[in-house]
Amino acid sequence: MISLDTIESSQLAAEGPRATSSLKSRAIPLVHPEEQLRVLDAADITGGPTNSGRFGLDLAASGWPRLKPDRLEIVQINLGKLCNMTCMHCHVDSGPDRTEENMDRATVDACLQAIDRSGAQVVDLTGGAPELNPNFEYLVEACVSRGLRVLDRCNLTVLLTRRCEHLPEWFAKRGVEIICSLPHHRKIGTDAQRGDGTYAKSIKALRRLNAVGYGYGDPDRQLTLVTNPVGAYLVGNQASLEREWKTSLAHNHDVSFDRLLTLNNLPMSRYLEWLMDTNQVDTYLSKLLQAFNPATIAGLMCRNVLSIGWDGHLYDCDFNQQLEMRMDIPRPHVADFNLSIWQSHSIRTARHCYGCTAGAGSSCGGAIT
Amino acid sequence: MDHYYHRSHLPRFKEIAEGSKELADAFFKYYDSVFAEGALTTREKALIALAVASTVQCPYCIDAYTTACLESGSDLEQMTEAVHVATAIRGGASLVHGVQMLDQVKRVTM
Repeated sequence: MISLDTIESSQLAAEGPRATSSLKSRAIPLVHPEEQLRVLDAADITGGPTNSGRFGLDLAASGWPRLKPDRLEIVQINLGKLCNMTCMHCHVDSGPDRTEENMDRATVDACLQAIDRSGAQVVDLTGGAPELNPNFEYLVEACVSRGLRVLDRCNLTVLLTRRCEHLPEWFAKRGVEIICSLPHHRKIGTDAQRGDGTYAKSIKALRRLNAVGYGYGDPDRQLTLVTNPVGAYLVGNQASLEREWKTSLAHNHDVSFDRLLTLNNLPMSRYLEWLMDTNQVDTYLSKLLQAFNPATIAGLMCRNVLSIGWDGHLYDCDFNQQLEMRMDIPRPHVADFNLSIWQSHSIRTARHCYGCTAGAGSSCGGAIT
Repeated sequence: MDHYYHRSHLPRFKEIAEGSKELADAFFKYYDSVFAEGALTTREKALIALAVASTVQCPYCIDAYTTACLESGSDLEQMTEAVHVATAIRGGASLVHGVQMLDQVKRVTM
């Protein structure tokens, strides 16, 4: 555990939009991953190849008796749960109050050593707001100097905080790809999910990224936006949405970006809480099941990603990480990472996985098919 | 059956093939082609469908195309404007008949 004295929580809370508060701050049962998995398992759902609601059986019925890794291409590091925002749908239960669970320097160094052993060429940084971790710039520098491609999963508004306002230019000099959350290209949905004022701040941050060369097709200044539904429905066609978003953001705000990724919401954490509050758990899960698409399985991100948590534990993806479903190997910790053990292990799944196999599929890289 | 509309009828729509598979197949093939991305985007088509749904007052269509509008990337403001377009045309259609009334009044009164 490290002291985050460089970060003033009160300042973050004042600067960051909030649509809700963290489950942890409210100490409700759903804060525990086992309670989330219990709610999912208790849901009365229909659909899928076997109509059993058991993800493993539906995989097997689709020709995948065991979900195995493909080739390790991406190391995704979750630097911690601290965030300047508190969004309605956050699967990490992040917020300004999450000052305790954040990666320390020793674990960052262990990650770098694991990356060297992994053969992965891409390092994907997420959180929370990864930029708020005091070791963030150290980690990015170390990856860039190794010739690795670095992706920063950015909430946009953090770039307007005093602590991070230098980052657009800093990223541009290092060729870091910025992957930004923006649920909708217009205000009403964006602010509903992420808190009042988010849209205006996001547009301001996008303009700053444009001003340093991001979003105009330069491979070293890639600006990617990520959309997820503002509610209990599936995300639309990625290519079609991208065309409309480009037109809309250019026309309304003179903002340019390179590509749009579409993600479904996974039924867990604060999004699951919202589904429960609105009595939509069964219908949303059934919607995912009925849209189960076997063609997405080969491209699932868990097959080419190593996910590392703030304390160094290893997972098959960031969702399993938040559900504390550690990788099914003897010592699932970054200090013990071994590529051949990773290569031969079986990926752990549960009902939340139906979120990634629905429709065109959903991964950290957007639609799969 | 104590009332006419049932939510369960929408997911059962394709059961209409029981009486004529040939006609149902032809209809659903046509229907899918109509809503495919074309000169209009799927989002634009969903907005038109939503407006028409409010005009024909079909609860199944309103449910289905509210979701289709959201999934294809429209938001509440855009969808509300689409319904107002239908409303304006519907209201305007009544009002423009008033000119017929006006002519008739002029014909029969001093």
